[in-house]
Amino acid sequence: MTAQTQSRVWIPTNLVAIALCAFIGLAIVGIAGHAQTTALHDAAHDTRHAAGFPCH
Amino acid sequence: MFSRILVSGLFAGFAAGLIAAGLQLVFVQPILLQAELYESGQITHFGAAETGAAVAAGGGIDLLRDGLSVLFTTLIYTGYALVLVAAMALAEDRGVGITVRQGLLWGLAGFASVQFAPAVGLPPELPGSAAAEMGLRQAWWFGTVGATAAGIALIAFGKGWTARAVAAVLILAPHAIGAPHPETFAGPVPPELAGMFAGRALGVGAVAWVLLGLFAARFWIREGERAEDTPRTA
Repeated sequence: MTAQTQSRVWIPTNLVAIALCAFIGLAIVGIAGHAQTTALHDAAHDTRHAAGFPCH
Repeated sequence: MFSRILVSGLFAGFAAGLIAAGLQLVFVQPILLQAELYESGQITHFGAAETGAAVAAGGGIDLLRDGLSVLFTTLIYTGYALVLVAAMALAEDRGVGITVRQGLLWGLAGFASVQFAPAVGLPPELPGSAAAEMGLRQAWWFGTVGATAAGIALIAFGKGWTARAVAAVLILAPHAIGAPHPETFAGPVPPELAGMFAGRALGVGAVAWVLLGLFAARFWIREGERAEDTPRTA
């Protein structure tokens, strides 16, 4: 019973943490690498070209 | 779990990102600077400019510009690392162990998904290259990265021939659909320069991703051991 309760709580917590971290990572790549705001584009310009991202 | 992923991802991404930034500045940036001279018309294709020698000589250091490149490269690799470590955490949660040596394979898979597969349709482009509309290229790029990563995950962790067949379809589909290209290729940059740029950008990416995989696995394992050593207080 105890083990069952624990595993029920434990697995979703892990999945939420995993999803959250993956989302933060994707958001960083999306904003730093792909957002088309002029200031961001200019600052990240050389990095975007070198990383092979579509740039302009 | 959250802090274990976050801490491993930050360390691994920062370390691999710094190395990637250094390699980019030495090997990739001089080509990009030359391409900008063609883009702006300061030198022209079939002109007498000694571009090869200029690339070999390097481009010098521009503190602000290169500093921003180092910052953004480490930032982007930190983003990659968080996704990579989250995927490792998911694998471990499902009973697939992670070793440092396997980190190398994770890194290669990341490189194949995020840099190599999109480069098959849209090679890393120099400033001034002729290219299709931005939104279309971004959509194809994201679609290709997602489909390739899902395909590789299915090959690595799926069971049976159905999984392998779906993986093959996922990996091939973006290329069967085809990347968006302009109707005519009429960029001002010499193809020799563009080829060198694509090759070097991919080479630097491969090195940095393999290191990222190794670092991610190393820090992931270390943070796990540390969590076990710490007595639980709550």
